[in-house]
Amino acid sequence: MSYPADVRYTSDHEWIRVSGDTGQIGITDYAQQQLGDVVYVELPDVGRTFEQGEQFGSIESVKAVSDLYCPVSGEVVGVNAALTETPESVNQRPYDTWIITVKLSNADELAALHDAAAYAAMIDEG
Amino acid sequence: MESQKKTPLHARHTALGARMVPFGGWEMPVEYSGISAEHMAVRQAAGLFDVSHMGEIEIAGADAVAALQQLTSNDAGGLDIGQAQYAALTTHEGTFVDDLLVYRLADTHYLLVVNAANIAKDYAWIKQGIVGFGDVVVVNASSRYALIALQGPRALEILQPLTGVELDTIRYYRFATGEVGNVRVTISRTGYTGEDGFELFVPPQAAASVWDALLREGADLGIVPVGLGARDTLRLEAAMRLYGQDMDETSTVLEAGLGWIVAWDKPSFNGREALAAQKATGPTRHLVGFEVVGRGIARHGYQVFRAGHPDDSIGVVTSGTMTPYLKRAVGLSYVAHDASHVDTELSIDVRGRRVPAKVVKLPFYKREQL
Repeated sequence: MSYPADVRYTSDHEWIRVSGDTGQIGITDYAQQQLGDVVYVELPDVGRTFEQGEQFGSIESVKAVSDLYCPVSGEVVGVNAALTETPESVNQRPYDTWIITVKLSNADELAALHDAAAYAAMIDEG
Repeated sequence: MESQKKTPLHARHTALGARMVPFGGWEMPVEYSGISAEHMAVRQAAGLFDVSHMGEIEIAGADAVAALQQLTSNDAGGLDIGQAQYAALTTHEGTFVDDLLVYRLADTHYLLVVNAANIAKDYAWIKQGIVGFGDVVVVNASSRYALIALQGPRALEILQPLTGVELDTIRYYRFATGEVGNVRVTISRTGYTGEDGFELFVPPQAAASVWDALLREGADLGIVPVGLGARDTLRLEAAMRLYGQDMDETSTVLEAGLGWIVAWDKPSFNGREALAAQKATGPTRHLVGFEVVGRGIARHGYQVFRAGHPDDSIGVVTSGTMTPYLKRAVGLSYVAHDASHVDTELSIDVRGRRVPAKVVKLPFYKREQL
């Protein structure tokens, strides 16, 4: 299990990689392992806004559906349309496969997310 | 999972890194390498399944066949020794106590293979149902068998070097007894995947050695162990019904689209009157196959609507998934009679979003015949 240090983590197993005033959002290695083979990602429309913790989409494996929650408040400025054709890249490269990009409306919210060590500890505790 | 039963192959599954889940009272492997990879291996090479959770009930005696004729929908009397048959164990309403395979082992000796979750119920039903039939005994023999399925286009090639039985001579839905790696095994040319293959009835204490021999023999031919996850996607792609989802004690054999396992020539069997009456008027609902036309996956329990009629549900998805081989979102659903025709446009409620779908012909997948 890998826990890159350049992203921050939610307790719902999303990550966000912030650059300037935008952040790319994906799901963690742990999340993809729990889901199994990802076959479908439901993406929001560009331009929609979400509150921190609000559901922005869903991700489906062969066996299960899982909701996706926005790690921060903001406006969707990009969606990874390639996931329509290759949803399995979430399994293959979880930390290189972003799902949406948001423009953060309140960067202070990042402080509430876990860093790599805290997230790893949370997973280890089960 | 402490209260779950373990099959004789349990230690093999954990050693192979399987993810184990409770299923029908058993702790079973749901996946090893991943559902999609396992599914594709069965379509393209071979897969090995532990299905020892399935139940085995034996019926024997001079009147066993008469009892079976009354209890099941199909014509057990037409079976040769060494032949198997798919049938419904019917209620008096023509619905399913269970679906099963009937094997004729000997002149007056039959083996029923039933669903794991239904073993106790079926046994009680049959025990009660044979009363008055004279010379017939029923035994729940489930603990005497491990069941291993070898499925896929390379199944014969993998099994043949391990047995003296000429596998080519076992036709579809026939079986033979012989040795597999010095273990006495019943080899049945049956399965639940839509592929060619075999199901092996093995003494529990010898299950691990047969399992190991098959994995070793198939190593260079692409064999992989396959869990219940891919077993479900494989059977659904082949439109094989799953008891408890696609039919149960509330759905009739005709509604489930299984009229072909009803032997109307038989003067009497449980549910015959109810089914004959339903046949005369035609069922008001039918189990149909659908394909999602829009984006999304329709799963078990989702409501189904006629396109353009968003308020009146006409049915519920009984099984649905994204199929790894066809790469299409398909499923089965009961729908009203007038919405059951191929190409009928449907709309399915996928977690609050309406997604277009249409009725399609079954099965979704059919292998090329040799």
